[in-house]
Amino acid sequence: MSAAELWYALPLIVSVSLVYAATRYELMEFIIAHAIRTAVWLGGFMLIVTLVLWGLSAWLT
Amino acid sequence: MAKENDEIVVNLRDPFIAGILAWLLPGAGHWYQHRRAKAVIFFVCIFGTFMYGMFLGEGRVVYAQWEGPEFRRYPFICQVAVGLPSLPAVVLAWSGGESFFGTRWYVPPTIIGGKSPELDDLHLRLNRRFELGTVFTMIAGLLNVLAIYDAVCGPAYSVTRRSKKEGDDAAPTNSDGAEGDSPEKQPANA
Repeated sequence: MSAAELWYALPLIVSVSLVYAATRYELMEFIIAHAIRTAVWLGGFMLIVTLVLWGLSAWLT
Repeated sequence: MAKENDEIVVNLRDPFIAGILAWLLPGAGHWYQHRRAKAVIFFVCIFGTFMYGMFLGEGRVVYAQWEGPEFRRYPFICQVAVGLPSLPAVVLAWSGGESFFGTRWYVPPTIIGGKSPELDDLHLRLNRRFELGTVFTMIAGLLNVLAIYDAVCGPAYSVTRRSKKEGDDAAPTNSDGAEGDSPEKQPANA
């Protein structure tokens, strides 16, 4: 799998963040703010998991 | 400017109808409730994710099939939550139809003698796009479950929910912060 395929995660992160935030709040300003926080959290979490798996892969091979 | 903990009133109109509409088409329940901004968010995000998954899987990742344990299509349990966009799969599974408007979209792969060469061919040809398409369409369905819940019960934080059956004691508020144009609108007194 090439690193370019990680881009498939981008539309998912955007839509999951926006929909989740929209179910938490009613006003747009809070929805956008919450969606940005969620997207950063999701992206960070996925980055950490990616780095751990990459490290494990490098260590095991 | 509104603060995060400010109470706002949301007019849910008839939550049952809103829930059914929200299931049938992402965002339709919120449109019915005059929560137009959220309706657009839900429609674009959920329907867009579903259609992108269909595009990745060339329309072959959403189908209903319960024959044989190894061919049961469990992802469809999540996909069907998107509503109308996934329902052709149910119709084709029941009717045994072989095409969807001249294409093989939504048609379950044929099983011959306990094997499915068509499914093998799909995996071979689409490779990981088959799994990606499946995941995208499943996530769209799961996101619509959240949207249905929001249409029926309102958002989680800082709102006073008001449905058709309850007393009208405050003006409904749209998701863009303006007063709603619902026919049940009452003057604000809070």
